[in-house]
Amino acid sequence: MKPKLALYWASSCGGCEIAVVDIEAKILDVADFFDIVFWPCIMDFKYKDVEAMPDGDITLTLFNGAIRTSENEYLAKLLRAKSKVMVAFGSCAYEGCIPALANFYDKKKIFECNYINSPSLQESSKNVFPQTHTQMPEGEIEIPEFWNTVKSLDQVVDVDYYVPGCPPQSTQIIAVVEAVIDILKNGKPLPPKGTILGAGEKTICEECTRERKEKKIKKFYRPQEIIPNPDECLLDQGIVCMGPATRSGCDALCIKANMGCRGCYGPPPNVLDQGAKMVSALSSVIDSTDPKEVRDIIKTIADPLGTFYRFSMAHSIFHRVQKMEEEEK
Amino acid sequence: MSEEKKQNGWNPKIAAFLCNWCTYTGADLAGVSRLKSSPCVRIIRVMCSGRVDPSFILKAFKKGADGIFIGGCHIGDCHYSEGNYKTLRRIEFLKIFLEDFGIDPKRLRLEWISASEGDKYAATTLDFEKQIRELGPLTFMN
Ligand code: SF4
Ligand code: SF4
Ligand code: FES
Repeated sequence: MKPKLALYWASSCGGCEIAVVDIEAKILDVADFFDIVFWPCIMDFKYKDVEAMPDGDITLTLFNGAIRTSENEYLAKLLRAKSKVMVAFGSCAYEGCIPALANFYDKKKIFECNYINSPSLQESSKNVFPQTHTQMPEGEIEIPEFWNTVKSLDQVVDVDYYVPGCPPQSTQIIAVVEAVIDILKNGKPLPPKGTILGAGEKTICEECTRERKEKKIKKFYRPQEIIPNPDECLLDQGIVCMGPATRSGCDALCIKANMGCRGCYGPPPNVLDQGAKMVSALSSVIDSTDPKEVRDIIKTIADPLGTFYRFSMAHSIFHRVQKMEEEEK
Repeated sequence: MSEEKKQNGWNPKIAAFLCNWCTYTGADLAGVSRLKSSPCVRIIRVMCSGRVDPSFILKAFKKGADGIFIGGCHIGDCHYSEGNYKTLRRIEFLKIFLEDFGIDPKRLRLEWISASEGDKYAATTLDFEKQIRELGPLTFMN
């Protein structure tokens, strides 16, 4: 009997699904080796098909997407129970990613923005908020509940492995697929629980081939403000590059395109918090010892929080922006 | 909630990261000189204020500190020559960071206190305790 494979998308953009299909002919090996039992983006499966399976029946689930709604959480718990190995696949499931930027606000603020203040709302539909249960002549309609905070997969269920990246690079997906097939086919031992698969053990800086000098930064630039020299370290040129705070594995993809790394592979090994790591890295390169000037230089970084936690807000130490203390009073 | 806690004998928790060569010794001097310093301070000795990684600070807040105090050698006196310059920049950065996170940056305080300034250590901790009492307990939203 073939091992069983499931893929699911929770709160995600769909890019991870594309990335899986992007492994080109390798997908045929996947289809050949596995019995695909659940993959709603590609084939017609229903939740009740999964509900009917015995526990632990699925060999491997690749779960992408963050946990934003009650439906996301229900599927995470359901698939966890039905799967032997649960993988948080891609940045959203691993650490919240773009959906978790909503953790700068709360449910109330998001609803106000969408259902009261959105300029595209018609007058008649203003102030109409989604209800989880609505009675219609044909029966009751149920839609998922919207949680206050976006969570990573491991904040709601037990996760065995992680594959970082927004999305994971196809070469890395191929390597993971080959390793999994090798393990299952040849009875090899599984890697230790919690292992980050399909990525390196260094920082992007260590993969980067640009020339580095002593860094002395008086002002930070946004990418559109200067034309960076393609051979020199971007951070040396004052462009915020997340290379020092990001795990290797993508082969410094963005940097090769003359763009600063945005941090999509998450924090490097032994780093708890990508934002804190960036604070540390940038504090070393700011060229001033005067508190006021230091502050002014930091202020030239547009939106430090959103930039440093673009991918890892849910998994950061604080998980979300807290209410302003003044607001409480 | 915070008002209630303040009245119900709430005592703030203050985590203090003190550099071994200056502020820690200053705190020691405050002790042997029998100066009154804040009893709410939990001291963590580090070799240099530059050893305090920003993640230590975020983690300490998350784990229950209501205020965090960093003490280092005066500028120019760091045992490792430049550690405290780095600290200065990090703390400025973290204050902006905390504010963006919705946490009052007054909960984080940096002071340069030498080994001979036991009185400054005592006065600073008392003043900081007062400040944190005014701000009340730090609570996190889920
Ligand atoms: S900061 Fe960016 S550009 Fe500079 S070395 Fe690191 S990865 Fe390369
Ligand atoms: S360079 Fe950074 S942002 Fe770009 S793919 Fe690699 S990890 Fe992601
Ligand atoms: S040794 Fe005291 S601040 Fe560096």
